[in-house]
Amino acid sequence: MVRCKTIIAHLSEYVDKEASPELCHTIEKHLRGCSRCSAVYDSTRKMLVITGDERIFEIPSGFSARLHRFLERAILEGSAS
Amino acid sequence: MEKSREQLLIQRIMDGERDHFHELIRPYERRAFLIAYTILRNPNDAEDAVQQAMLKIFVHLDQLSETDKFCSWAMRVVENESKMHKRKRRQDLYQPLDAEPEQDGHAKQFRPKQFADWRDLPNEIVEQEEIRTAILEALADLPEIYREVFALRDMEHMSIVETAEILEINIPMVKTRLHRARLMMREKLTPVFAKPKVSIWERWKGVNPWFAAKR
Repeated sequence: MVRCKTIIAHLSEYVDKEASPELCHTIEKHLRGCSRCSAVYDSTRKMLVITGDERIFEIPSGFSARLHRFLERAILEGSAS
Repeated sequence: MEKSREQLLIQRIMDGERDHFHELIRPYERRAFLIAYTILRNPNDAEDAVQQAMLKIFVHLDQLSETDKFCSWAMRVVENESKMHKRKRRQDLYQPLDAEPEQDGHAKQFRPKQFADWRDLPNEIVEQEEIRTAILEALADLPEIYREVFALRDMEHMSIVETAEILEINIPMVKTRLHRARLMMREKLTPVFAKPKVSIWERWKGVNPWFAAKR
């Protein structure tokens, strides 16, 4: 019987599809019978979908224009030479 | 081996066509800002750090020996510049204890305490300001070593190898830190995204046909 601790320790490997077929089988079998680990797995998966969405983190408006103006000035002024 | 468009741009900049530098860095602006922000946790400071870092990248471009590794090299410059800014600011002088470099296997011992099921999250949820704030606050709460690896891998979708190169740590360390960062983020966000609890009364109302008929 695999302990929850072991499953949690390998959860990222499983989520990233880097776990071996044997490990996948063990994890899947455990998840079917363990509501706690299953909740951790399911919520981790949902979380990664949200945090991976580029709308979550937006750069401040005007950031790019200010950056290029700064570089232009600095390069022209020779501080970059 | 044929050079990529990026490598050709670098060559042209080195040959004196400085204007191409703008084109070279444009794809990395968001990533650079995110790296600086995860270290400095303040948008104004992050912007300053990115500007200084980009200038350094321009100045030291001739020191880049492997032009196919521009991205990792440039982001490492951003990372170092941001850390320098942080030291100058003298804030966060004392890191929480759990930000200390982890011992082998330490991260794998993280035990979740929140086991509530998450509700289904529609795609548009990320457009809600309070959701974005909750996620960025959870990220800001992580110790720096976990914050940066989570931002690079799970927000910017950089590969394990690129993440390791930028952070100058080995691949197993990236994996270990990432695993712990995810568990910590999930723990912090579970109260925000958990399914609402249904009271026994509400559950009874839902399944009792007599109650429904009386309404």
